[in-house]
Amino acid sequence: MIVFDQVQKSYQVKGQAIPALQPTSMTIETGEIFGIVGHSGAGKSTLVRLINLLEPPTSGRILIDDENITDYSPAELRAFRRKVGMIFQHFNLLSSKTVADNIAFPMKLAGIYSQQEIRDRVDELLKRVSLADQASKYPSQLSGGQKQRVGIARALACRPTILLCDEATSALDPQTTQSVLRLLADINKELGLTIVLITHEMDVVRRVCDRVAVMDAGEVVEMGKVSDVFLHPKHPTTRDFVFESEHIDHEDMQRDLAKAKGRILRLTFRGESTYTPLLGSVARESGVDFSILSGRIDHIKDTPYGQLTLSLVGGDLDLAMNALKAADVHVEVLR
Amino acid sequence: MEALMEGLMGNVDWAEIGWASWDTLIMVGMSLLFSVLIGLPVGVLLFLFGKRQLLEQPVAYAVLSFVVNVLRSVPFIILLIVMIPFTVMLIGTSLGVAGAIPPLVAGGAPFFARLVETSLREVDRGIIEATQAMGANVRQIVFGALLPEALPGLIAGITVTAITLVSYAAMSGVIGGGGLGDLAIRFGYQRFQTDVMVITVALLVIFVQILQMVGDRLVLYFSRK
Repeated sequence: MIVFDQVQKSYQVKGQAIPALQPTSMTIETGEIFGIVGHSGAGKSTLVRLINLLEPPTSGRILIDDENITDYSPAELRAFRRKVGMIFQHFNLLSSKTVADNIAFPMKLAGIYSQQEIRDRVDELLKRVSLADQASKYPSQLSGGQKQRVGIARALACRPTILLCDEATSALDPQTTQSVLRLLADINKELGLTIVLITHEMDVVRRVCDRVAVMDAGEVVEMGKVSDVFLHPKHPTTRDFVFESEHIDHEDMQRDLAKAKGRILRLTFRGESTYTPLLGSVARESGVDFSILSGRIDHIKDTPYGQLTLSLVGGDLDLAMNALKAADVHVEVLR
Repeated sequence: MEALMEGLMGNVDWAEIGWASWDTLIMVGMSLLFSVLIGLPVGVLLFLFGKRQLLEQPVAYAVLSFVVNVLRSVPFIILLIVMIPFTVMLIGTSLGVAGAIPPLVAGGAPFFARLVETSLREVDRGIIEATQAMGANVRQIVFGALLPEALPGLIAGITVTAITLVSYAAMSGVIGGGGLGDLAIRFGYQRFQTDVMVITVALLVIFVQILQMVGDRLVLYFSRK
């Protein structure tokens, strides 16, 4: 469990304190994938670097499994960092070392593993990230996705309990992003490892995260389960991120809604209700006619969801709405 | 043919040329060795003490940087003369091959130190950060990540330093340093033996060419980017 207790960070620039993170308190549970989303400069890089104290906080406490890491001596801090893996946007692999040596590097630094243990672990990890045949290549000979998989294997070498991902997919193409995210999700499940992931893409959060914090100007403005934040965003910044990831142009949508007749509802289906043939039966029973103005059907992590914006004309509107609510559909009246 | 050679190169004592070449080789080799042994740690410290670096120490950086700059700003011919009492104190003589080595190191080490500092700065900061995140201490970061990553740059730096030392070694002939430079000054310059001058210059050119070629090969061999 990672607990931020009134953690604040500011930088001294020419004698002036520039705030990077407003006092923040939050808890990241053991074993979850926690996303932090924000535009560049929102303070998410700072936030993730506070967890392994690459950036020390200006004030406040950071507790990891009930230990205050801000009290650690330099030696304790180094021992602690071995239990926190980290992967980076630009991979940060050592160009002078082979793939296998890169993965072995943190184990060698730890100085507590035998040659044999290191060899076995490297082999195991190479297989885990499907790079067994690339062991003796140098990073410059690999593709971006392969480099990130080496980064992941390296981060896992000392069997960490926390994995920090700093924009780990931002330099990758969509397909590679997908495979790296899947690998992260699998690792999380297999090893029960806590993953803290920062990104500027809501889509990344939607695919793998359990919970999310949205940051804006050094402040966490919204936090909660991904399905709640994603389907019912409250803060304007969150809404921007969701629209952006859905490729929705806000103004276009408003124009479309203005043209529609009757009541406008937004229905949100989650889980099994996504697959129930509900709309047709409700329309028949209540005599309401509907047209779909916009909609999306996708997954949040493993949960299917659908969100439809409908205009409803005629019939018994209340009956229709009650029937939908009874079937566990979230109904929101837009007009 | 032999007569022609005799006419063109009448003054050339090939045994003397051989010995002088060997002396130059020793002077450059020894002074390069000590320049690297001293310049490398100084360069690493310059880097670590620098702004926003691992051991940021503005005062220590300023002092070290000042010393390096002073040594580098004195023209080498002056440095040779200024160093004479110190050289005598250190090895008993300021003459010959041995006497030339201390001033050569005094010129070469600060030069190489700056090159080391520059090539360490070229290493991606992300690599330092990643190594730090693995729980490495400063020593491990320097030896495990920084120096291996900067290796091609360091080798290029050694090459440039070696070539600079070839020309410095030749200059040391002025104060009786020995080697090809000494030969060129005593015979080529003071006795107007142009043929000796031409030969020494040609040998120095060949020497520098070989150094550069070997250096470039090594840089290429160790570059993984």
